[in-house]
Amino acid sequence: MNAIASPNLAQVLDHPGIWRRSADRQPRVRALSTGWTSLDAKLPGGGWPQGALSEILFEHDGLGELDLVMPALAALTQEHRRVIFVAPPYLPYAPALAAAGVDLRFLHEIHAGSTEAAWSMEQCLRSGCCGAVVGWLPDIDYRSLRRLQLAAETGDACAMLFRPATHAAQNSPAALRLKVSNSDEATYVDVLKSRGLLTTTAPLLRMRA
Amino acid sequence: MLWACLRFPGLAFSAAFAATPEAGPSALLDGHARQRLIAAANEEAAAFGVRRGQSVAAARALCPALDVRPRDRDAETRLLAGIAAWCYQFSGHVSLAPPQAILMEVGASLRLFDGWPVLAERLRSGLLEQGHPHTLAATPFAAASWIFAASEDGMVLPEREGVLRMLAALPLTRSGLSASMVKSLQAMGFRRLEDIFRLPRPELTRRIGRDGVAWLDRIRGQSAHALPAWQPPASFLQRIEFDSELDGSQPLLFPLRRLTRELANLLAARDGGVQRFTLTLEHARGQSTRIVVAMAAPQREAERLFELARTRLERTTLPAPARAIELVAEELPVFRPPLRDLFEPVRGDGLDWPTLDERLRARLGDAALRQIALVADHRPERAMRYGTPGPVVSLPRRRRPLWLLPRPMPMRPDPVAVLAGPERIESGWWDGADARRDYYIVRTVEGQQAWAYLPPGTLDGWMLHGWFA
Repeated sequence: MNAIASPNLAQVLDHPGIWRRSADRQPRVRALSTGWTSLDAKLPGGGWPQGALSEILFEHDGLGELDLVMPALAALTQEHRRVIFVAPPYLPYAPALAAAGVDLRFLHEIHAGSTEAAWSMEQCLRSGCCGAVVGWLPDIDYRSLRRLQLAAETGDACAMLFRPATHAAQNSPAALRLKVSNSDEATYVDVLKSRGLLTTTAPLLRMRA
Repeated sequence: MLWACLRFPGLAFSAAFAATPEAGPSALLDGHARQRLIAAANEEAAAFGVRRGQSVAAARALCPALDVRPRDRDAETRLLAGIAAWCYQFSGHVSLAPPQAILMEVGASLRLFDGWPVLAERLRSGLLEQGHPHTLAATPFAAASWIFAASEDGMVLPEREGVLRMLAALPLTRSGLSASMVKSLQAMGFRRLEDIFRLPRPELTRRIGRDGVAWLDRIRGQSAHALPAWQPPASFLQRIEFDSELDGSQPLLFPLRRLTRELANLLAARDGGVQRFTLTLEHARGQSTRIVVAMAAPQREAERLFELARTRLERTTLPAPARAIELVAEELPVFRPPLRDLFEPVRGDGLDWPTLDERLRARLGDAALRQIALVADHRPERAMRYGTPGPVVSLPRRRRPLWLLPRPMPMRPDPVAVLAGPERIESGWWDGADARRDYYIVRTVEGQQAWAYLPPGTLDGWMLHGWFA
């Protein structure tokens, strides 16, 4: 008799590295709830992927693009995990952040030029002591994006990158790409790319009336 | 008891050449002001034939490019104390034996460091890394160790009998007795220590005096030898003066590395850390540049301290060439290694926030990293400040934008729709920054939601102040 029980097929197929097309179960993605029920439902794992880079491409300032990430960031700071804003384009306004539930003690801002910003974002992601790192790097290139994605994997942190929507057509190594646009006086969120999601032709989500 | 003795034959030389590494043939001068003689020369100078005891003129004639410097006894004492600080990590009883030796009791430390061979290896490799050539010997008696360190490098004699046997065979010239005593004893026909050990005590006392006999007792362990214990100082101050002016930050790195290593040695001795130290670079005409290096948490490693100081130094523009560098650390707080949760998985590089914070500050500058805090003020631009967040103050009841513009700017084109408002904000008449505005939440033609205001009573002149991002 073989002392080691040979695994049966079901157990083999249970391995997280194996994914079957027929399975209704989504591949396992560890995620951080976005706080927006309709968006969570569309994302694999039900939220922002952890240990990965998410890109948010927005057409203009003030479409609600930051509202999209606030619930998740607020939840992190309430768990005493650090959230870093790298090179924000305006002043992150404390009263509004506090009203959104952010514990300001765990929010840090890094004021840096574009090359320094990419470096600091990578350092923060890699360090392993930051819950989420949110960056505004409009002219980042593919190689730096790739570095950020790797750093997020290494540090198991949530990387969120805000870029103008003009970059939507470019190739990107990000695990998740969302596009925030506006038409008919409402804001829509479109999932451009999502690792582990079968269809990318889902209907637009209406976020802000 | 086991007393180890470390002797540094090159101490006087390295103390005089501490500021800049010697390049090319160099020699050290000693003696009276009238007649200065070469006391030591490096290998390159020796290759030209420069020898100890030559006059400066003779040495210069042999080697015109010779770099000569006078002996600096204060610097030697400081350097020796610096080495003692480093040695303090191996023993609780370290004693200075100027001009060039350190005695330390290692008998009590042997178990901790896995025996003499391991301890000796650590001493030697550590000293060589710091650039101090040395000789080492250990016996139960401090005075005997001192003698053997000079003549028999690497000798260890844990037993009294062995020490006595070795001492007996030692020529008088190496016995540590003063030159005049040795001379008179030799004149009497004595050559080795065994010859005088056999003499009756009163006879010996008559010939070489009480001091000589006391010394002979000490090297044989027949009388107690009280050695003052070195105590680590409570603050750090070191200064290196340069012979020539150094321009730019690059040449300053060598003395800087030396200073930070000395500081780290002291910190290790005190089991302390340093959270803040000041580098002062002195220029001509009493000018000086101060660079404050502050850290989020106390640090103690030499490499880390050097890196932090280096990045600060490299970002500073020096107004003039530097003549001296000084490192002052007034407070040396207790060092607490970072606490980690035993079961928490280590993510990524496993850095803690203070370490990351320091790394970022070192490269980006202190001003680049900031936190935001709430302020109880109705004026929007004054409702927040940069600084450590305090307790949550009462928040405005109305909606506020996540992005605030650094200063309001005229809005072009005018908004297409008003979504909410007006909210009258009128405050600040008491401090001269009076504000009287009607705030509206508006929508632009692109569908953006903005926070804009109008002067009360007007319908024109929209000022954009924030984005509901």
